[in-house]
Amino acid sequence: MMFMMFVSTDTAPDIDEKGLPDIDDWVADANRRGRIRGDQLAQSTAATTVRVREGRLHLTDGPFAETKEVIVGYDLLECANLNEAIELVRRHPMARLGRIEIRPFATDERR
Amino acid sequence: MTDVGQAVAIAGAESFGKVVATVVRVTGDWTLAEDAAQDAMAVALERWPHDGIPDNPSGWIMTVARNRAIDQLRRYSRERDKLHEVAAREIAEQQIKELAEESQHSIADDQLRLIFTCCHPALALEARIALTLRIVAGVPTSRIAEAFLVSESSMTRRITRAKTRIISAGIPYQTPEGEALIERTPGVLAVLYLLFTQGYNPDGEPAFADEAVRLTHLLAQLIPDNSEVRGLLALFLLQHSRRLARRDATGMPLTLDQQDRDLWDRANIQEGLDLVRGGGQDGPYALQAAIAACHARAPSSGETDWGRIARLYDRLAEIDPSPVIGINRAVAHGMAYEPSAGLKIIDLLHRRDELDNYLPALAAEAELSAMAGNREHAVILFRKAAELSPSASQRGAFEARLQELGSTVEN
Repeated sequence: MMFMMFVSTDTAPDIDEKGLPDIDDWVADANRRGRIRGDQLAQSTAATTVRVREGRLHLTDGPFAETKEVIVGYDLLECANLNEAIELVRRHPMARLGRIEIRPFATDERR
Repeated sequence: MTDVGQAVAIAGAESFGKVVATVVRVTGDWTLAEDAAQDAMAVALERWPHDGIPDNPSGWIMTVARNRAIDQLRRYSRERDKLHEVAAREIAEQQIKELAEESQHSIADDQLRLIFTCCHPALALEARIALTLRIVAGVPTSRIAEAFLVSESSMTRRITRAKTRIISAGIPYQTPEGEALIERTPGVLAVLYLLFTQGYNPDGEPAFADEAVRLTHLLAQLIPDNSEVRGLLALFLLQHSRRLARRDATGMPLTLDQQDRDLWDRANIQEGLDLVRGGGQDGPYALQAAIAACHARAPSSGETDWGRIARLYDRLAEIDPSPVIGINRAVAHGMAYEPSAGLKIIDLLHRRDELDNYLPALAAEAELSAMAGNREHAVILFRKAAELSPSASQRGAFEARLQELGSTVEN
């Protein structure tokens, strides 16, 4: 099944800095285990939020989330199930320094 | 409850989880599984008053449930046939065959898979508890709702959302293996622990404590080489052994030194002590069980080996620095060495955590102060504890202590 992986910062990163995984190592390993593609995103100041209401276009500079945490990257994974996806994602450096959301695609929902 | 009602409840509790485990493994359909199990229990309630209770009640329920599931699948298969949906029909036929055969898969494997899936850490804790009670233990939704003080429709929605989430989040129906099994077992034990303590809440459902013990027994059979599982089972049995001695005739809670030890269940204690003796003492549950064993072994409260308990709490506090453990450690040190040793620990805890209105901390410090001869300070703390007590019986216990110290709540 397909999973979207949103990589985000976090206000409370891991305090233990020993043995932080290397991102290039993660990408190389993940490519062998179901990663389809992914990338780091530009700074949140480069983002533009788009809304259309009653026929009018509204643009905001910046990301839509008004939280302190920002999405900084994405990856597209193909894994057999959530457990496999978790095993892959937990090794990402941002799992320790930030937080990562894993969400399946809607078209994958059985029953 | 009638005899038949009770027989169905007992057989149902045993077989509900087994039925769901097997049907979900074969079909992946949680609703089909739960309906089949539920229907079988309803049929039992109808037939057994007339036909008598069968020799193998849970086997009877499993057979009927399996047949119900097969009937549903046949209906589904015929519909697919009418719509010329060949692939879907073939899958259904395959599932019917698998359910009808004597299964090669062991029921034990299926049950383990079910418990671990219902307790998956990607599910919210309250969802895990509701799911485990409903699906693994077969407890009726209405009783779960009552115990957790929500409406039945609320609880039904919670359980449905949890089942939907298992599928939508991609949680596989699997027992973890190797490293993953070791990592996931504490999560299952935490759910069982919550179930057990729920049974002892004033508004709780006492039968849930029994359920927790039964499921932990099952888990200990399914995962025999895990010292934390054995430790939790021992802890349950040793705590459960005191269930008839915990409160006095008026319902007021009694402390260990006040309890009538003749009312302690010796069979539970023996089983618990055997488990403690046979197991390791490294993990948090194993250590708590070892502490409970010290109390269980003492013929009277005066003969309790407090030195050993204090040393066990020292080890436990290293693994689990929570205030509850810290307070218990303080009391143990107070009893083993001298009251000031305990008060010193409580003082350190206060500096680390906000404990001013924390009932167990107030009670412990009050007791230790009284033991140290500081009656005034003890009275102040017992009064505060009485004020903060959430229940009348708890308040009564503190008022009784105040009376013993020659004071009352007012003066």
